Amino acid sequence: MKPAPFELARPTDVAAAITLLRDGARVIAGGQSLGPMLNLRLAQPGTLVQVNQLPELCGVASDADSVTIGACVTHAAIADGLVPDIGNGVLARVAENIAYRAVRNRGTIGGSLCHADPAADWVTVLTALDAMVLLRGPDGERSLRAADFIRGPFRTALAPGEILFAVSIPRLPPDSRWGYEKACRKPGDFAHAMAAVLLHRTVRRAVIGALGGKPLLLQGDAVSVEGATSALQDLDPVMRHMQLTVLRRALAKAGA
Amino acid sequence: MGEGVGQSVPRLEDDRYLRGKGEFIADIRLAGMRDLAFVRSPVAHARIRGIRKPPGAVFIAQDLAGVQPIVAMSGLPGFKPSAQPVLASDKVRHVGEPIAVCVAATRAEAEDLAAAVEIDFEELPPVVDMRAALTSKTKLHDHWDNNIFLETFVEVAPERFAQPASIVVRRHLRTARQCMSPLEGRGVVATWDRRLEQLLIYTSTQLPHIVRTGLAGCLGLDQARIRVVAPDVGGGFGYKGILLQEEVCAAWLTRHLGHPVRWIEDRREQLTGNANCREHDYDLTVYAEADGTLIGIDAEAVVDAGAYSAYPFSACLEAAQVASILPGPYTMRAYRCRTFSAATNKPPILPYRGVARSSVCFALEVSLDAVARQAGLEPHEVRLRNLVPPEQMPFENITNKLFDSGDYPQCLRRVIDAIDLPSVRRRQAEATDALRIGFGCTIFCEQAAHGTSVYAGWGIPMIPGFEQAVARMTPDGGLELRVGIQSHGQGLETTLAQVANEILGIPLASIRVVHGDTAFTPYSTGTWGSRCMVMAGGAVGTACRELSDRIARIGAHLLQAPTDAVHVGNGAVSGPSGSVPIAEVARTWYLRPQDLPTDVSPGGLEVTAGYKPLRDSGTFSYAAHAAVVSVDTELGDIRILDYAICEDGGTLINPTIVDGQVIGGTAQGIGTALYEAMPYDASGQPLGSTLADYLLPGATEVPEPRIDHMQTPSPLSMFGQKGIGEGGAIGPPAALANAVNDALAPLGVELTELPITPHRVLAALLAR
Repeated sequence: MKPAPFELARPTDVAAAITLLRDGARVIAGGQSLGPMLNLRLAQPGTLVQVNQLPELCGVASDADSVTIGACVTHAAIADGLVPDIGNGVLARVAENIAYRAVRNRGTIGGSLCHADPAADWVTVLTALDAMVLLRGPDGERSLRAADFIRGPFRTALAPGEILFAVSIPRLPPDSRWGYEKACRKPGDFAHAMAAVLLHRTVRRAVIGALGGKPLLLQGDAVSVEGATSALQDLDPVMRHMQLTVLRRALAKAGA
Repeated sequence: MGEGVGQSVPRLEDDRYLRGKGEFIADIRLAGMRDLAFVRSPVAHARIRGIRKPPGAVFIAQDLAGVQPIVAMSGLPGFKPSAQPVLASDKVRHVGEPIAVCVAATRAEAEDLAAAVEIDFEELPPVVDMRAALTSKTKLHDHWDNNIFLETFVEVAPERFAQPASIVVRRHLRTARQCMSPLEGRGVVATWDRRLEQLLIYTSTQLPHIVRTGLAGCLGLDQARIRVVAPDVGGGFGYKGILLQEEVCAAWLTRHLGHPVRWIEDRREQLTGNANCREHDYDLTVYAEADGTLIGIDAEAVVDAGAYSAYPFSACLEAAQVASILPGPYTMRAYRCRTFSAATNKPPILPYRGVARSSVCFALEVSLDAVARQAGLEPHEVRLRNLVPPEQMPFENITNKLFDSGDYPQCLRRVIDAIDLPSVRRRQAEATDALRIGFGCTIFCEQAAHGTSVYAGWGIPMIPGFEQAVARMTPDGGLELRVGIQSHGQGLETTLAQVANEILGIPLASIRVVHGDTAFTPYSTGTWGSRCMVMAGGAVGTACRELSDRIARIGAHLLQAPTDAVHVGNGAVSGPSGSVPIAEVARTWYLRPQDLPTDVSPGGLEVTAGYKPLRDSGTFSYAAHAAVVSVDTELGDIRILDYAICEDGGTLINPTIVDGQVIGGTAQGIGTALYEAMPYDASGQPLGSTLADYLLPGATEVPEPRIDHMQTPSPLSMFGQKGIGEGGAIGPPAALANAVNDALAPLGVELTELPITPHRVLAALLAR
C-alpha cells in the first residue's frame, strides 16, 4: 500500500507549524505509527506538517524538580542516556525496551503520546510518573497531566491547531521505588499487558496499560492486586489474569 | 580440501546476496514500465452486482478478452474441479480475491485508481470453518452438491479396531491457517518482445516452466511465445509454487497496452489475501498395547483447502498426503483414515515447506505422548518400541511408502543423549509451579524427490518425469550447467557445481549454474518437494559423466593414448604418459577442430541428459527433534531453553548448506508451533492484516539448534543423497507441543491446538 496523495510542509519553527495546522493537516514526527497508517490509507490527511526537524522540539532542559524533554526527542536518545535522568535510570530503561532499535531511532516521545496507542510504553509510564504534557496552539500554551491528556484509545486532549511541544517529568524523590513490567509475545512486540508502579512517602500510584483504552490509574490504597482486580472486573478473565500478574511483578520490583 | 561432494564450501551465490547485488523482481527497471494495483474483494463471499470504473486504465474480467480461468484438476476419483477466475466477475469467494486491475505511472497512482473503483456486492453467508463447511447449506461453487473438493478413505485391517486395546487415546487436534512469509513477496514484471513476438515475464517463482505451461493455457498462447524468467528469488517455501492470477493479468496487459507492467506484492496483500496453508483438523485415535506397542491409528482429518484449487498442486494434495503419511516412521498393524478437502471462503491452500507433514507430525506425536503417559513410559521409549528397525530397511510401511534406508532408533537415541534427559528431569523436579520445565521429542521422516509413479496417482497438472540438465564446456574450459529448477535460498548454484566438480574436477570458480529461465534451461517441474539435490543433482551428474566420456575421447587423442587408458578427474585427462587439462580439450573442440580424433562425438562438449532415481518412490530423510522449554504458568509465556536435532539426509553434498536448511526450517516450525496464526472472524475477515498482528518468529525467538548428522546413503540416488529441505519445519510443532504438555501435565493440562499462545496456555490453566 502507498499513501493517498498529500502535501508535505516542513516549517522552520513551531509558530509556523501551528499556522499550518489547518483543517485536515496532521503533524508527523518520527512517523513510526503514522507512516504505516498512511500506507494503509487509514489516515488520509491533505497536508502533513513535519516537525521533527524543529530545534525547539528537540531540546532537553532540567531543574531541581523536573526534566523537560522536547516532543521530538527520540526513544533512542532517551535509551542512550542523552537526556538527564529523573532517577534510577527509569526513562532510559523504559525507552530501551520500546519496539526495535530501528523504531527507536525515529520514534519520538511526543509522537508516541499524541498517537495514544493504548499499548504504548510512554502512555502508561508518563501517567505513572505524573508527567505534564506541554501544548502550544493558536491561543497560546497550556499544560495537562498525562492522565488527562490521554482520553482513550488513539484519543487525546489535543485541540485543533495544537501541538505537543514537550513533556515535563518530575524527578523521582530519593526514597521512591519504581517498578515497570510488560508482557509481549516477542521482545519489541506490542504489549498485551503492562503495569507501572511508583511508590514513595507521599505517593502511591500504579498504572495498568494495554487495556485497549485509557490506562487505568490506581492511587493510594487502590494500589494493590485486589484494587486492580475490582477495577478490571469486566476484562476477559485470561487478560485480567495476565494484567494482574504483570501488576504483581511490577509491585514486587517496587518492593511493595 | 576439495570442492566436490561432501565438502562444506561457502556458497558461491552469497557474494552477491551479502553485498546487496542480487537482482530481485523489484530491482528490475524497464523503459516505459507502469505499475499495477489490484482491486481486491473486501468481503469473503458475495455476488458481484455491478462494477463502476473511474476514468483511467482500469480493467475488469470482461476486458480481458480470451483469458481463461485457472483450473487445477486432480485425477483422484471424486475430485471436484474449480474454475479460479483471473479477475472475479460474478462471485467473490475470499477476502483479497482480485476483481480489477489498475495501471498507472506509479504504484501510488494505481492505488488511487483502485480506491475509486466502486463495486456493488450482494453479500452471501460465508463458509469459514472447515468442519462446518462439510455440512453447510451455503455452497462456494454453485454447481457442486457440497463444499468438499475431495474425500478419501483408506483402511488396513480395520477389524483390529473392534477388538479391545489396553490403551486407547483419542484426541481432537487443530493447526492454524498460516501465511507463508518469504522476505521477498511475490512480484511480476511483464513485457512483450515485438521482435520475437514473445511474452517475457519475470516472476518470483519456484517453477518457471510450470508457470509457462499454465500461462499459455490461460492466455491461449503457444508456449514458445512465452519466456519465463525467475531472477533472484527471495525465498519461496511453496508460496511461489503456483500460477498467479497476477501473472496472467500482467501478461495480458503488457501485450495489449504495448508497454511493460509490473506488480509487486505488498505485505498487506500477502497477509490479507494469501494466508493459505497448514490448517488441519484431526479426530485421531491411537490404539496400543499396555507396553506402548502400537496396534493402529484411526483418524478423520479435514484440511481447509480454501476457495479454489490452485495450479499446479491442486486443492487435494495436502489431504491426500495426510492419509498416506499419518503413520509416520512407525510400524503398526491397523490403519484407517478418512480425509476431507473442505472448500471455504479463504485463500486457496498451497503446500508449505513440509507439505502436510508438520500438521500430521504434530497430531500423531502429541497423541503418542499421551500414549506414553498412559503406559508410564518416557516419550522416546514408546517411540523406540514402534520405529521401523534398521534391519528391516528398505521397508514398505502400512500405506506402501518405501522407506529407503536409515536407522531411526539410533537417530532418536542420539537426540535424547544430546538433550541429556536425566538432567532435564532433575531440573524439572526442582521447578516451581510458577515456572514449569518440560521436555518434548519427535521423530519423523520426509519423503523427497518423489516422482512419476507417485504424482501420476494424484493426477495433478504437473507430474515430474526425467529431470534434465545441460552441461556444456565454454571454449576457455569453463563449464555451464543449465537446469530447469530455480534456486532461491537452497544454494543450488553451489551444490550443483559441487556435483560437476566431483565428476570432472573443474574448479567451482569456473562453473556457472544457469537456472530460472525457460529460454536457457531444459523443462523441469521446478523446485519443490525437496527434489533438487536428488533430481537436478542426478541430472547434472549424468550429464557430466557423459561429458566426461566425450572429454576423455578427445583427451586420449591429444595424449596419443587409447581411450580406455585415460581417465578424467582433477580438471584434466590423464593417461599413462601424461595429462592434458580439460581446458585444452575444450580449446581443441571449439578452436582447433582440425586436431580432433575421427571418433569424436559430433554432439561436442555440450550434453543434455535426463535422470530418474533407480526407483521414483522418493528418498526418505528423517530427523528427531528434542526440546526443553519453560512455561510461565502465570503469564503463559513459553521459552525454548534447549533444542537439539539429529538428522539423516543420506550423503550430504554440502553439510553447511544442509545445516542452513535445517535451521531455517526449524525457525519456521517454531513459528507454526508458537506464533503464526491467521484467525478469521465469523464473516470471513482475516484478522492478522499486519505483521504486528501476524507474528513471525525473529532472532529472539529462535534458539540455535544443536545439529547432529547421520549419513545413511540412499540406495536410490546418485551419490546416496536425500532431499532435506523441509524437515526442519516439520518437527518443531510436535517437539514444542510435547514439551509444553510435559511441563503442564502435573497441572492436568494438555494443549492440542496450534499455535500454543500465552492466551491458550492461560485459558487452559484457568479452566481447570
